[in-house]
Amino acid sequence: MDKFTTHTGVGVPLRRSNVDTDQIIPAVYLKRVTRTGFEDGLFAAWRNDPSFVLNDPVYAAGSVLVAGPDFGTGSSREHAVWALQNYGFKAVISPRFADIFRGNSGKAGLLAAQVDEKVVQRLWDLLEEQPGAEITVDLESRTVRAGAGPDAIEDSFDIDDYTRWRLLEGLDDIGITLGHDADIASYEASRPSWKPVTQHA
Amino acid sequence: MGRTLSEKVWDEHVVRSTPGEPDLLYIDLHLIHEVTSPQAFDGLRLAGRQVRRPDLTLATEDHNVPTLDWDKPIADPVSRTQVETLRRNAEEFGVRLHPLGDLDQGIVHVVGPQLGLTQPGMTIVCGDSHTSTHGAFGAIAFGIGTSEVEHVLATQTLMQAKPKTMAVTVNGSLPDGVTAKDLVLNLIAHTGTGGGQGYIVEYRGQAIEELSMEGRMTVCNMSIEWGAKAGMIAPDQKTFDYIQGRPEAPTGADWDAAVEHWTSLRTDDDAVFDKELVLDASTMTPFVTWGTNPGQGVPLGASVPTPEDFEDVSDQVAAQKALEYMGLEAGTPMREVKVDTVFVGSCTNGRIEDLRLAADIIKGHTVAPDTRLLVVPGSVRVRLQAEEEGLDVVFKEAGAEWRGAGCSMCLGMNPDTLQPGERSASTSNRNFEGRQGKGGRTHLVSIPVAAATAVRGTLSSPSDLASIG
Ligand code: SF4
Repeated sequence: MDKFTTHTGVGVPLRRSNVDTDQIIPAVYLKRVTRTGFEDGLFAAWRNDPSFVLNDPVYAAGSVLVAGPDFGTGSSREHAVWALQNYGFKAVISPRFADIFRGNSGKAGLLAAQVDEKVVQRLWDLLEEQPGAEITVDLESRTVRAGAGPDAIEDSFDIDDYTRWRLLEGLDDIGITLGHDADIASYEASRPSWKPVTQHA
Repeated sequence: MGRTLSEKVWDEHVVRSTPGEPDLLYIDLHLIHEVTSPQAFDGLRLAGRQVRRPDLTLATEDHNVPTLDWDKPIADPVSRTQVETLRRNAEEFGVRLHPLGDLDQGIVHVVGPQLGLTQPGMTIVCGDSHTSTHGAFGAIAFGIGTSEVEHVLATQTLMQAKPKTMAVTVNGSLPDGVTAKDLVLNLIAHTGTGGGQGYIVEYRGQAIEELSMEGRMTVCNMSIEWGAKAGMIAPDQKTFDYIQGRPEAPTGADWDAAVEHWTSLRTDDDAVFDKELVLDASTMTPFVTWGTNPGQGVPLGASVPTPEDFEDVSDQVAAQKALEYMGLEAGTPMREVKVDTVFVGSCTNGRIEDLRLAADIIKGHTVAPDTRLLVVPGSVRVRLQAEEEGLDVVFKEAGAEWRGAGCSMCLGMNPDTLQPGERSASTSNRNFEGRQGKGGRTHLVSIPVAAATAVRGTLSSPSDLASIG
């Protein structure tokens, strides 16, 4: 997993709350056998609507999604996170995330930044006044920044310490566990010899 | 203070434990199938990682495979791609695979025990929620997601917070004709689908001890249907006898050492569970579901409930919706519900004992004119054993379809599906909307109820067959 320290990119205002994972990626798109290529299914139903925000070319390079509360509820499908990442998103900002979605994001390296609802409102306003404006999410200082001058937005976001540490270090769960390789090896050395195996030397 | 069975097995598998972090748990056996593994292997490839212990990993094909024409290429391109991907991944990463056509192919939870790979005191995982089946041997066994599949492939461990413990004690003996399936459907109706959330459950008591190993697997299989993390039963002589002589069972001095250890895997008398439930088996009767989750069940002798029967408003709403989906009229006696298809099979009830029992009831009868009976062995070995005993002939003579091994009509992922509005009596484990095919209506039943229903065409028990002759 790549290290995540800070990211600056085009913000995409998604003025909706309760975006469940069936909306993020419908079940018919789950049949792939890879972890890539799910961008086609991202918000598939909404993308049929020409006025949907991602259909506006100004957001083509969007990488920071700004959504309403309760983002990522419903089915546990990890494909929801993969679809956002495959599309190019590095971070999602919302006042509240569903637990499983937040967990899956942390595992896959997508930053789920929880901010005050007022901050989301101000970001939406800014992005709609200045389409294509950039947002910075700074994981080191846990701040989100956008705009300039007197209307500039700067506020803190919440993320748990453990996930923050893993993202900063670029460690996925497997990477962390492999850091305990010596413990695993010594456990293996003490396993009884009669435990079953599926392959015989 | 003493420890429970699950605590003993858990403690034996902790590789690393740090306050404030989940335990790092060693996994003794990782079972794999075609649906939930492709992205995990893809993840390994992207990160340049290997499978740490191919010798503790076993793959088979079950969810997508057809139960007819299994010697021909799979017709559905999506299913074929998933199966072919599993074959390529197994080859590339050195994982043992039992593919379609192999003697040991079958439903992953039938194959593990049948090979003798499922043993007491193990930790067993699979990207499938019915992994709880293996708990019948006194193993901690649970389903995992695709990221976790990748984690186990790469490290042979999992990070897991320790679940709470619950004891379900079932006193008394099951009356004749009442099976493990009725017992567990009874239990789920009693607790609701969320009653086991957060717990590893130990099933104990006279009725559990009296169950065969296959009956115990049926009970543990459905642990997930009431939300439990896993279900377990303490190993005893029956467990050891079942394992001994199987292809991957220990032999000689290893066998003795294993049995000595397995014998210690019992809950200590002074151990304390976080929660306890007590049921009486002697009052249980054949049990069937009327709704769209496994907790919506009643005795076969009862009638379809009305939403007002439920105290809780959300239960009332759920019942109303379920009745609409199921096309049922409140107050209709369950025995009058007409069934189009009877499915005998799945990892809940697709083992040899199940087929013997079904054949025993069907013998000398014929399947009702407007009803079809599908009999699907859980594995190729179960199929061959049944054929050796002539059970296939009994089924075919009665007018049933005798199929190849796989998950089949347990879920709508292969060609065996219900049509919209079609009603089934199914020995599988889930009656969710659309589970057996879009618009399909599922009643979960035991083997005796399935067999008798096939003969009469309405939900029935073997006692209803006497009048038919
Ligand atoms: S038989 Fe049904 S429940 Fe069992 S593994 Fe197959 S699909 Fe899952």
